Amino acid sequence: MARYDRAITVFSPDGHLFQVEYALEAVRKGNAAVGVRGTDIVVLGVEKKSTAKLQDSRSVRKIVNLDDHIALACAGLKADARVLINRARIECQSHRLTVEDPVTVEYITRYIAGLQQKYTQSGGVRPFGLSTLIVGFDPYTGVPSLYQTDPSGTFSAWKANATGRNSNSMREFLEKNYKETSGQETVKLAIRALLEVVESGGKNIEIAVMTKEGLRQLEEAEIDAIVAEIEAEKAAAEAAKKGPPKET
Amino acid sequence: MMKLDTSGLESYTSQFGACSGLSGGISTSPSFELPSITDFDGFQKEAIQMVKPAKGTTTLAFIFKEGVMVAADSRASMGGYISSQSVKKIIEINPYMLGTMAGGAADCQFWHRNLGIKCRLHELANKRRISVTGASKLLANILYSYRGMGLSVGTMIAGWDETGPGLYYVDSEGGRLKGSRFSVGSGSPYAYGVLDNGYRYDMSVEEAAELARRAIYHATFRDGASGGVASVYYVGSAGWKKLSGDDVGELHYKYYPVVPSSVEQEMVEE
Repeated sequence: MARYDRAITVFSPDGHLFQVEYALEAVRKGNAAVGVRGTDIVVLGVEKKSTAKLQDSRSVRKIVNLDDHIALACAGLKADARVLINRARIECQSHRLTVEDPVTVEYITRYIAGLQQKYTQSGGVRPFGLSTLIVGFDPYTGVPSLYQTDPSGTFSAWKANATGRNSNSMREFLEKNYKETSGQETVKLAIRALLEVVESGGKNIEIAVMTKEGLRQLEEAEIDAIVAEIEAEKAAAEAAKKGPPKET
Repeated sequence: MMKLDTSGLESYTSQFGACSGLSGGISTSPSFELPSITDFDGFQKEAIQMVKPAKGTTTLAFIFKEGVMVAADSRASMGGYISSQSVKKIIEINPYMLGTMAGGAADCQFWHRNLGIKCRLHELANKRRISVTGASKLLANILYSYRGMGLSVGTMIAGWDETGPGLYYVDSEGGRLKGSRFSVGSGSPYAYGVLDNGYRYDMSVEEAAELARRAIYHATFRDGASGGVASVYYVGSAGWKKLSGDDVGELHYKYYPVVPSSVEQEMVEE
């Protein structure tokens, strides 16, 4: 099998593109990211690894704007992310210029996925080592969407999804606990999913909220407050479970 | 970094080159060999002048309460020679968008069909119809990238999209204007006179059609390069519909019926 993993443009006998699968491994090593779609809001959450003391944490933004109404979070190689994000931002403006309309979330996701696919079918290049979570509101219908792309260039829409480190556990949690929510409930669901795999605290979580008005990054204090709420709810649920049996 | 659309001239060989995919989407403009003449500017001017008389036409379009009304004559002239009285100057881009033809007939027909292809591809890719704004912008971008190469197109894109009726004027100089009343061609001053005088926003479809027909008729009456048949199309929420195509000679006698003079009457009575 080792002979088939050098060049991206070579299939292995059992139909694998090894470089693409290795890129997916790189994604699995990246920091956790989660996205949850509500009825009037979409929430992106990213695990923030502790920044070094001398590092200016504001220069390490993990959730970025592609346009006024579209945001992106990713897991994997951050340098690759920068290149992809720049190309996507240019495409958003180019679309505005050629058809005088903002892009739909589906369009820009298709563009990014197409770009990722191109790099799996060219000579001398390697795939982008990142999966992205793209959120936004459709500029015509006002419907919120969440999409995910991966290094192979596939994309699909999700109600809630996770990528990066321990994404399987987060996805399991979301599958068990997802329901249609709106506003603050959606934010709580996203944070609860992240807390499954990240040590709690506003210091280790970055949350951004996309509404019709635009993207808003939550302050550390806000996140701490919501985390405290979640812990309190968890404690109350535990107590309720222990409570009734004693009464009998 | 504006991405100019040059797909109309792209040859198949250039698509297989490695540079096309990964260069970040910035394509080089098409080019062709220039003729070896001492005075190229003069040559260019002459080439443009050769095409110019073909803008002998009258087309008009206006937005009103019920939608968009589009009308045109059907005469093609080469100097003093009338080459055709039955040219289709209203081009059906797709079931809900129309384009008018003024200038080079081949240029208008080809680029309108090309625009139709692009609109259909947009629909298939994005699962929604393209707006009139978007379609006119696509055409304007293409025409701009051929600026100075001798294209002669003076067209109006009229259609109905999600935001309601839309009307844009696009020409081969690369200009693009949004508006509610346009007339293009050598007969346009005459058409504007009648159109501006009789225009009201809240007309019915019949009233608007009659206004358009009368405006075209008056232009054909005074302008030698316009004539033939006055076609009137209506674009509403359900798409476009051809309302009428009347020979302007017959329209003349309809608007100004012949009144027998007194001398003739005397002779008949005898």
